[in-house]
This record gives sequence, structure tokens and C-alpha cells, in this order.
Amino acid sequence: MRAWVFGDNVDTDAIAPGRYMKLGIEEIARHCFEAVDPGFATKVKNGDAVVGGRNFGTGSSREQAPEALKHLGVAVLVAESFSGLFYRNAINLGLPALACAQAKRIRQGDLLKVDPLGGTIENLTTGETLECEPIPPFLMSIIRDGGLLPHLEKRLARPA
Amino acid sequence: MPRTLAQKLVARASGGEQVTPGEIVTCKVDLAMVHDSSGPRRLKPRLERLGAKLWDPSKVVVITDHYLPAYDDESRKIIQIARDWVKEAGVGAFYDAQGICHVVLPERGHLRPGMFAVGGDSHSPTGGAFAAYMFGIGATEMLGVMVTGEIWLKVPHTIAMDFDGGLSPGVSAKDVMLFLIGRFGMDGGQYQAVEYRGPAIRALSMQERMTLCNMTAELGGQTGLIASDSVTEEFLKKKIEIWDGDAGAPLLAHHKFDAGELAPQVAAPHSPANTRAVGEFREKVDLAYIGACTGAKLDDLRMAASVLKGRKSKVKLLVAPASLRDQQAAEKEGTLGILLDAGAELLANSCGMCAGYGENLLPDGAVAISTTARNFKGRMGSASAQVYLASPYTVAASAVAGRIADPRELLA
Repeated sequence: MRAWVFGDNVDTDAIAPGRYMKLGIEEIARHCFEAVDPGFATKVKNGDAVVGGRNFGTGSSREQAPEALKHLGVAVLVAESFSGLFYRNAINLGLPALACAQAKRIRQGDLLKVDPLGGTIENLTTGETLECEPIPPFLMSIIRDGGLLPHLEKRLARPA
Repeated sequence: MPRTLAQKLVARASGGEQVTPGEIVTCKVDLAMVHDSSGPRRLKPRLERLGAKLWDPSKVVVITDHYLPAYDDESRKIIQIARDWVKEAGVGAFYDAQGICHVVLPERGHLRPGMFAVGGDSHSPTGGAFAAYMFGIGATEMLGVMVTGEIWLKVPHTIAMDFDGGLSPGVSAKDVMLFLIGRFGMDGGQYQAVEYRGPAIRALSMQERMTLCNMTAELGGQTGLIASDSVTEEFLKKKIEIWDGDAGAPLLAHHKFDAGELAPQVAAPHSPANTRAVGEFREKVDLAYIGACTGAKLDDLRMAASVLKGRKSKVKLLVAPASLRDQQAAEKEGTLGILLDAGAELLANSCGMCAGYGENLLPDGAVAISTTARNFKGRMGSASAQVYLASPYTVAASAVAGRIADPRELLA
């Protein structure tokens, strides 16, 4: 997967601008990052990674922000740290978000191999391996189910 | 062992006596609030997919504020879904076009000290002003709450912001928050509980306290908290419990400030953390906006009026009172009249421009000064617009001067 690198404090208005929030996810995703990286939505490929600095996803509770990234095919998010609210939203939508203290060592276009479960990132371009904070097991089970909605579906279907 | 206010609130909600910061607990939710954008339109199809009902409709509050006034087919549809869904779901507490959710919720008596509450909006920490543990969550997580009545939480540490003395005339809660966000950054709160304390905080009105807790979102805290006291009781007009932390409870950090030293603050584009004292700015502005949950409550309108009384705005001045009740009170006492005489154009009691919703968006190249919470690039309209954030005093003074101006010169 290829890395799309952004800076510190990437905000939800940049990821999913408010004026498109009335529309469906397909339309919102088309405008993803348009104020900071016009064309991102057409350039990003299925299975790519979005990499941020500190406090990635700061701002709104709108889950269309991680949803738009997922819709565009982004497979994993890596950042030095995440906004707590955004982090919860990403996991709840089944999009792995890995906090990695060395996220800034990743450069635009680097080829990565990410193991969300093991919490490691292999940078195939530089040959480095980066360690991530592990995702707690109960959140990993939500990701494995594909998000909180399918997770709840499973839980409600299970006989009491 | 002495406990922080946050620990006490989380312990009550999770059914444990002692909770330890960092520990993951499951809390029972006393109240879940949603608005039209994150609420019914996203909950309804997911509830149907699950074939599930609300865990307790009496604990749900629905408030329309984002897509009002509805201006096209999409926004009309979103509002209509909210109106229909509350009937289907049996939600009695529905406030339609009454103002912004964070202001309407306490105004209509839904919050009380000791509660554990969630809101489908990032500014939900506003509820912490009432010594309730309240924080924002996304729509899918809200679905989980709606179905189970529960939510997981990492027990937070507490960061105390202690303000001694008192704020100077012309300085307000908004200045306190812009200062703190500038000082500690947008992740300074570390997704922990931020507690505001000290004589300067005790002296603040409830609506000013709400502004502090509201912008804990921009400070990066999970919630902002203020212990309940006689000011809380007077606002809620009913007997309340006093919820406060214990002396000596362990804190992640304890920051002490002299409130009297604080000057009015301005955050330059494109971050609320890009803050400096007002004296460092002289930029010309072509629009002044007094709006939002964090900047157009009755107290905010009064601050603006104290500057604008007998004066005229040199620039386009837009006022969107945060709730209908606040607007009516402002009208009755003459505050609204002062704003209109100064040339203000009145907008609806909704989120409006703050979040880039609705028809009023900043055009290309616009330079605005605003009482809102966020000045991210493109948020209020064009990506080339420049937005400065400031208190209602400073926004009003800047409207009079046509450039960013210190309100204290006009209040003297």
C-alpha cells in the first residue's frame, strides 16, 4: 500500500467538508481533502494508507470523515496521535487506526506493509520497521467484524 | 482515596466505587442527545437493519439545529426525517427549530449534576458545565448507545485549569479558551477530562461556563468539567446535588493562571490554536459574525451589545442568536434592539455559518471575525476565506472599527 502523508492537526472539515454533509457518502468522498490536496479523491487507490502527524482527525464528530476515507479504499490510518473522537469513529466503522510515535518517518509515496493486528508497519521503501501502539483486543474485535454495526448485529443475533 | 470529579462521575455511571485512570469501563448512559445531521437520518436506517428499538426513549433528546432554515430538497428531507422519526421511536423530548442543541439541552432542564451523557456532536462537552460527564460521539457509536444504553470509556485523567482572581472587563470565557488552546494546542487536553477551577471560574455565569466546556473540544479534551454550585442551581431553578472533586485527588497536570492578567485573545487563520493577544492584530475585516453555541447565547449577545450601544458597524454584521429563548429574552431587555440599531442582520437560531451549513457561506477572499469555535480552512465557506476567532466583545469592537480591535478601548 502507498502512503498519503498529511501534517499535524488534520481536521474533519478538511477530510469531509461541512457543506457536503447533507449528501451521501459517495458525493462527500469526492470532496475529501479538496481544500488541502485537491485531486486526492481521484488519485488515492484501493488499499492505500493515510498517514498523519499529531491529533489526526481533530474537530467534528461527523463519522463521514473516516467513512469517506474508507469509501475511497483507504485500508488503514497511521498517525503520531489521533483525536479521541475521530479514533472511536474510525474503529466503529471498521477502519484500523494505528498510533505510531514514528509516523513522521513515513514519506509521501512510501510503500508500506501494515499489520494492524500485530501493530507493526514495514516501510518497504526505506526498509524500516515501525512499532505502533496495540489496538485493545475488544476494539480489534469490532474491526474484525467490519465495524460496530455488524458487531452489534452479531451480538443481537446471539441467543441470550 | 481522594477522587477527581471525573472519577466520581464515571464511577457512578459504571457502578464501581473506585475507578482508575486508564482502566476501560462500561458506563450506563443517563441521556443521549442527537441533532438532525448526526441523528435520525443516520440512526433510522441502522436501527432498521438491526431490527432494534431504543433502549429507553425517555432518555433521548432530539434537537434540530444544523439544517435550519431548510433551503433545498436535501435539507428539507433531513429535517423531515427527524420530525417523523421522533414519533415512530416514541421520543417525547423533541425541540424543533428552538436553537442550537448544546444551548437548548440545559435551557430546557435536561441536564443535572452527576449525570453521564453523550451527544452526537463534538461540542457535547458543553454539558460538563453542569458537572455532568458529557462528551461527543459519532453516529454509529450513538446507534450502539441507542440500542444498549451503554458505552465504553477509558477512565480519564484530569487536567486542572485553575484561574485565580477575576477576568478584567472586556475579557470573557472565549478569551480564556482561545488562550488555553493557543498555549497547549489542539491536543493539549489529551482526550482526558479538563476541569476548570478557581475563583475566576466560580464567578462566571452558567452560559460563560458552557463556553469553557464547549471549547474543550478544540483543546482536545474528552470532556470539560466544572463542579456544581449555587450558580448551577440558580440556572436550573431546582435543588441540585453538589458534585465536586476531593482535595488532593491525583491530577495529570495542574495549571495555574491569574485571570486578571488575561487580555482579549484572537485566533488567526486557520486554527483555534493560532492565538495571540488582540493588540497584535490590526487586520481589516469585511464581515463580523456573532453566532454559534459558543458565541451567541444571551450572555454573548449582551457582551456584544455593551460594545455596540450607540455605535454602528462599519462592516456586514450577522447575528444568529443561539436559541429562540435567548433571542426572545434579548429582545425583551433591549439587547437585540442595540444590535439591530448597530446594523446587525438577524439570522436563524441555528448552527448556520459556523459549520458551513446553510446558504450563508463565506465567499472567496472574505476576511471575517467570528465568535464561533473553529476557523479551519474552508469550514465557513470558501477555502480562500480568512477567519479570525474572538469573543463577542472583540467581534463587536472589530465590527465598529472595520478592523480587528481591542474592545476595552470602547468599553472604557
